[in-house]
Amino acid sequence: MPSITLVVNHPAGLHARPAAEFVKKAASFPCQITVRNVTDGKPPVNAKSILSVLTLGVSQGYEIEVSAEGEQAQEALQALSDLVQSNFGE
Amino acid sequence: MQRFQGIPASGGIAIGPAWVYLPEEPVVERRKVDDPAHEVERINQAFAKAREQIGALIERARVTAGEEEAAIFEAHQLFLDDAELLAAQQESIHVHSLNAEAAIEDAFEHYANMLGQMDDEYFQARAQDVRDVKRRVIRILMDKDHADAASLDHPAIVLAEELAPSDTIEFDQANLLGLCTVRGGPTSHSAILARALGIPAIVNAPIPLREIPEDVTVILDGETGEVWIDPPEDVVAALRKRQAKWRERREAELRLAHEPAITTDGHVVEVVANVGNIQDARQAMNMGAEGVGLFRTEFLYLGRSSMPTEREQIQAYKAVFEVMEQRPMVVRTLDVGGDKPVLYLNVMAEPNPFLGWRAIRMIDTRSDVLLRQFRALLIAAGMTGADLRIMLPLVSCLEEVERARELFEQAQGEIVREGHVAPEKVQFGMMVEVPSTALLAEHFAQKVDFFSIGTNDLTQYTLAVDRTNERVAHLASPFHPAVLKLIAMTIEAAHKAGIWVGLCGEMAGDPLATPLLLGLGLDEFSMAPASVPRVKHEIRRWSMAQCREIAQKALAMPTTSAVRQFLEYVVE
Repeated sequence: MPSITLVVNHPAGLHARPAAEFVKKAASFPCQITVRNVTDGKPPVNAKSILSVLTLGVSQGYEIEVSAEGEQAQEALQALSDLVQSNFGE
Repeated sequence: MQRFQGIPASGGIAIGPAWVYLPEEPVVERRKVDDPAHEVERINQAFAKAREQIGALIERARVTAGEEEAAIFEAHQLFLDDAELLAAQQESIHVHSLNAEAAIEDAFEHYANMLGQMDDEYFQARAQDVRDVKRRVIRILMDKDHADAASLDHPAIVLAEELAPSDTIEFDQANLLGLCTVRGGPTSHSAILARALGIPAIVNAPIPLREIPEDVTVILDGETGEVWIDPPEDVVAALRKRQAKWRERREAELRLAHEPAITTDGHVVEVVANVGNIQDARQAMNMGAEGVGLFRTEFLYLGRSSMPTEREQIQAYKAVFEVMEQRPMVVRTLDVGGDKPVLYLNVMAEPNPFLGWRAIRMIDTRSDVLLRQFRALLIAAGMTGADLRIMLPLVSCLEEVERARELFEQAQGEIVREGHVAPEKVQFGMMVEVPSTALLAEHFAQKVDFFSIGTNDLTQYTLAVDRTNERVAHLASPFHPAVLKLIAMTIEAAHKAGIWVGLCGEMAGDPLATPLLLGLGLDEFSMAPASVPRVKHEIRRWSMAQCREIAQKALAMPTTSAVRQFLEYVVE
């Protein structure tokens, strides 16, 4: 399953607006997408679920691993990677 | 009259009638159902209605409180679309034949509980949001959907257990004179809203809400965290005067917040901030802080299962250093102990965590932690040009400083050999918070570039008072003459050796202590960002000659109350 590792540099982490943007972007793709908190090693969760993403507890500086499977998997990873690396457009 | 002490959350003084807000919790009935499709349909309809209501809240929040508030309710909308949440509800209904109310209760509570148990308070606070949406949907299902908060129809001080985000928006804000909650911390929703609206607020005040008569007069002092219920006329009159003075003073303070703090006879001191993350650093800049006098680095280590990597640390430090734009940046190395166990560091719960294996004492077996932190700090400072000053917490004997200094020099050598840009100047200092270091300050002053006095711990260790123990916490005053003597000894020894001294306990932000600390010769005052304008203002009122006299008198006094009374008299 294709996956990428990203560092969340936004001061809020994956919380508040960044979490919402992340989930909305994931939900715009048809494939299955999961995200995992690499920094503290919890199991992966559904990247399209805001509540699951919040429970990952990703703070500033944490590493996440995003995996996608199915239709447009590569495009989804690229889009999520751009979003995180652009610091959620700020 | 009753008086309560809470935690100040938003400054100012509010005087007005009480409006006790005790919204009814819907009681969820659990039953088996025969027609699961009907329950699913009920949920769909309730969600649709909730979406509509939240949509209206978003608009209202945007107009009355700004984009940041509106974003909170946009997240509430997302909860309603959450696929995992919906799947859990469907399972309860189809597999366990549960009714819609119980299915919703279980699904939302699952997430609320998980969030509530997280270490980071920002994530913790989201549990409140999840429950807010849950309550809304259940009320709709039970046909009890009315906004209780909307019935605030006259100017009043709202007293509540805790406020849900939607409550705070549903109140008619023109009628909100102040907010006071029994639970919650300074980062809770009501506190944030109060600051956005510029109204006084207090959180964590142990008020018996059910015993408060309607419309009884309440006073909130958002500076001190004091709450008066039914105060006598003289208290009301005194507080009204303070309210007028406060408004006038606050305006003057904010106007001059970005100007230096100079005494009337031209003596300049540094006024800097205590920060724990990047948000604090931004607030410090807004409030006119001239730098950071205490950067707590625990946030990087707590709430996780492995040590932060060097790269992660560099990024986090860099982010804060960049906000502070090359102003003095005092960073405290890791200060954890048995009160907040960290398993991957083998920091365990201990019967006496404040006298145990914590802070610099970890150097005995875990010098790698400190070495990695030194390296990350030096690299981040080299990249940003920060004016880095590293300090060690809880030093109690000289060998600790010597050992840490060796590690520090090792880190410096390593990063240069590896080709990193080393910062041009770095100061190496220590905290004075154990009486032994104040008593031997002349020796420690030979080993470091500066001292920072941590009066919270210095007070607790000098007076043998656990400040987290409510029965004795009142004894823990930094104005105790014994603590003052230790502060005076520290500053004197430092100045003799030609090094500077800061103070980063709560005392530094207390205007009552300002002339005293100036008189003792303190060089740097470090405090919560919000206190910076106030203390700068205080410093500008005094001359060093006056302050020296005040300090000498205070030092000769026998009791805490004598010192406080004397200072209250001179400051007023």
